[in-house]
Amino acid sequence: MSEARDQIINRIRASNGRTGPIDAEAAAKIQERLNRPPVNLIPERGKGEGAELVERFVEMAREASATVTRVASADEVPTAVEQFLMRENLPSEVVMAPDESLDALPWSDQPRLTIRRDRAQPSDYVSVTPAFAGIAETGTLMVHSGATTPYTLNFLPETHIAVLGAEKIVGAYEDAWARLRTKLKAAGETTLPRTVCLITGPSRTGDIEKKILLGMHGPLRLNIILVETDPKNC
Amino acid sequence: MEPVSHAFKESADRALENATQRRALSKMSHEFGAKRAKVVARLPEFDALRDQAKTIKDHVLENLDFYLETFEEKVTANGGHVHWCRTPEEARDAVLALCRDAGARTVAKGKSMITEEIGLNAFLEANGITPFETDLGEYILQLRGEAPSHITAPAVHLNIEQIADAFRDGHTGLDPARRLDEPQALLDEARAMLRDRFIEADVGITGANFLIAETGSTVIVTNEGNGDLSQTLPKIHIVVASIEKVVPTLEDAATILRLLARSATAQEITSYTTFSTGPKRADDLDGPEAFHVVLLDNGRSELLGGEFREVLRCIRCGACQSLCPVWGAVGGQAYGWVYSGPIGAVLTPALIGIGEARHLPEASTFCGMCESVCPMRIPLPKLMRRWREMAFEKKHTPGVARYGIGLWALFAKRPALYRLTVRAVIALLARIGRRKGRFRRLPLAGGWTAHRDLPAPQGGTFMDQWRSRGERNS
Amino acid sequence: MTTGTAEEASAGAAAPGAATVHVALFVTCLVDLWRPSVGFAAVKLLEDAGCRVSVPAAQTCCAQPAYNSGDRKDAVAIAGNVIAAFEGFDYVVAPSGSCAGMIKCHYPGLFADDPDMKARAEELAARTWELISFLTDVMKLDRVAARFEGAVTYHDGCSGLREMGIKQQPRKLLRSVAGLELKELPDAEICCGFGGTFCVKYPGISNAMVDDKVSEIEATGAGTVLAGDLGCLLNIAGKLQRNDSPARARHIAEVLAGMAEGPAIGEPSGGG
Repeated sequence: MSEARDQIINRIRASNGRTGPIDAEAAAKIQERLNRPPVNLIPERGKGEGAELVERFVEMAREASATVTRVASADEVPTAVEQFLMRENLPSEVVMAPDESLDALPWSDQPRLTIRRDRAQPSDYVSVTPAFAGIAETGTLMVHSGATTPYTLNFLPETHIAVLGAEKIVGAYEDAWARLRTKLKAAGETTLPRTVCLITGPSRTGDIEKKILLGMHGPLRLNIILVETDPKNC
Repeated sequence: MEPVSHAFKESADRALENATQRRALSKMSHEFGAKRAKVVARLPEFDALRDQAKTIKDHVLENLDFYLETFEEKVTANGGHVHWCRTPEEARDAVLALCRDAGARTVAKGKSMITEEIGLNAFLEANGITPFETDLGEYILQLRGEAPSHITAPAVHLNIEQIADAFRDGHTGLDPARRLDEPQALLDEARAMLRDRFIEADVGITGANFLIAETGSTVIVTNEGNGDLSQTLPKIHIVVASIEKVVPTLEDAATILRLLARSATAQEITSYTTFSTGPKRADDLDGPEAFHVVLLDNGRSELLGGEFREVLRCIRCGACQSLCPVWGAVGGQAYGWVYSGPIGAVLTPALIGIGEARHLPEASTFCGMCESVCPMRIPLPKLMRRWREMAFEKKHTPGVARYGIGLWALFAKRPALYRLTVRAVIALLARIGRRKGRFRRLPLAGGWTAHRDLPAPQGGTFMDQWRSRGERNS
Repeated sequence: MTTGTAEEASAGAAAPGAATVHVALFVTCLVDLWRPSVGFAAVKLLEDAGCRVSVPAAQTCCAQPAYNSGDRKDAVAIAGNVIAAFEGFDYVVAPSGSCAGMIKCHYPGLFADDPDMKARAEELAARTWELISFLTDVMKLDRVAARFEGAVTYHDGCSGLREMGIKQQPRKLLRSVAGLELKELPDAEICCGFGGTFCVKYPGISNAMVDDKVSEIEATGAGTVLAGDLGCLLNIAGKLQRNDSPARARHIAEVLAGMAEGPAIGEPSGGG
């Protein structure tokens, strides 16, 4: 333990009127709260269920300048990707997260799409990734790094296409964290992934005379393909 | 950076003459209030969330040692390292050592006020390492060799022509005849130039809006995505953060995040809110190999024990600056150091001393706008007034002001003497001023009459008139 | 009707037998010295609303100049005098958001170390009001009988707005004034740049702020700007005049009391 650390900790304690750490009972209470974090106030717009949340998510995501393509089933995703790229006059070479949720889709339906399953490189123009969750209160995606979801896919290419099942849409940020904790626990993980990001729309800046421009360093385009499967199939 | 806060008055007067800057700033001060009000109105729970956020932060401060120790445990368990630094020197040295270990030649930097506070960029350069600011506003300032004027909109005082000039001067490899009069052209150029920087950089340095004790995570909030690229592409990710940034849980962070973007940029949320926890995992295909958190004290542990403790709740949203009419008139650089506006007025004297910074808490009308918009309910005018009291006690207040106030108080404490004196003074002023009704110039009132007329008193004080009416009635 | 000693001269008859609200007027140093007509307008408004008005003779200043300059010792001394002078009245009313705010919001804190004085300060604070909000919120006034022809705009003084919660009350009463057209002032809630000693300590910055305020006032086309604080009004009037602006400034009390025929702030008062 360093001298600097000790001094800082001691000064903090002195400033709080203590000569030592907080007492064991208080510490236990805090630790308990850290082990089982309660939620604070959840705003109304972070509450709701099913179709209501889906509609709110779509509205808020579009407000944040993401585009949302709604498809009725996962099988339609490859076509939706190809159509988006054609509409936007973008190349058909995509780098894709090597994730089983995407592997399972019928990409052979779209032979024009050239797919590389890997992390992104600076030369990539289009990425396709899954999203872990959608958060209705602000039209936000929760994504995270991992062996099958390289983080660079969310940032390097100019166009990011995120595939989101409607059953993954929750109301509030806290709901998304709860789901992530559940998933990690089930996988025996004791720590968060290297990076978790809440993504709301494309990259932007207001640094030039406060005019909002898209595509500063991260993607210029964020297209969310929303797969509206039966919510019962969570 | 070397403080020049003692020269606030001169800097402010110069800033007032700068018509370009005045125009640029007035865009912020006139539009932001309405934008913020609109986005706040869309979240009816906003005020209740402010109360909760205050409670969370106050609780953290009371137990700051516990939370920092927990944070450190988690970071270490996740394969990261925490470096405790008492002073800016220790923090700079820690960062330099890490950069040297990595053999770094260049560093990609996300926006961080703490790195300004410790003067990191100049120090790295002096030691042969080149830092590149990647936030567009900070990048523009780096090209111009200027300090930021606002916490979240650092280049808000510049117009597009100035930015274009900076690009022409700084990007020497490009066609000088290219057009740079459209914002999009500037964005495209900056994106291309900085893309290379992210890719080449050996080290990425970011700040942290929050440090999460529960998970050992650091959190940054950006719109551009520069923080994400800075902390993902290079081999080493260094976070530089001050100790009071800790919050207990992800849920607590969510509560405060609901306030942050709404207060900073009048957005519901920024494009990216990024939680970083340790280095890349063994089977990750990308990400940094090492994760270091440099924790800076620099006076905060002491502030905690004093009258300015509440300023440690600050989440660096900049709303107080955006809406302060004084800041809006002179811009942030006039304050002469890292932090400007109302938060600067309270924090700067604590960090560099009231002697050097004495103008900052003085240059306020106490209109209270800052406190009314602060998401963390920091009583900024009260704290500024406390600095004024301390300056008065230490006799930092300039002689004229001290004697003026002392003289006024001398009379105000003695009603009979007061009556006698004001009767004479007001009668004189009323007589001189009666014809025109106002004074264009008045001895001893040069500060007032330099810019506006001084209405003349009506003559005959209220108290004298009232007494004579009362005597007539009784 | 009680007649007073010079100490407590009161005017205005109470209806015999009625329990009349007894108000002590805190006239404020600026009104006392610079524009007494505002004080008389305040008295008229209070009496018309059914109050008995007294004016404690020992008042000078609310201590805000000392307080905001960091001169806590003098602030405590002056505040102590105010507390003593204003004991025993139902209410203390000031034609100023900032002076009322000083007493109501800041006096108790001045005596944090002195429990007795703190209790007295709190007791005073609890019955201290700004004039317009007192009329609407305590005396339940919702209209006045005055007439004032022309377009008027209203500036929200900062202390009144943020310390005393004054926003709708002046507008409510202004809308009841016959002939008056109320135009909302854009950025009404932005400070005018007076700030007590601020305007002379940092005159350039103060000028920038009052310049903005005056531009907004002129853009409304209103012939008169009103506010509830004479500090703001002296500052605004001075700038309007330096600009040779056609707009004039008055205290809202003058208009509501129907006593707005005389010269506006900074206008010559004529001979004699």
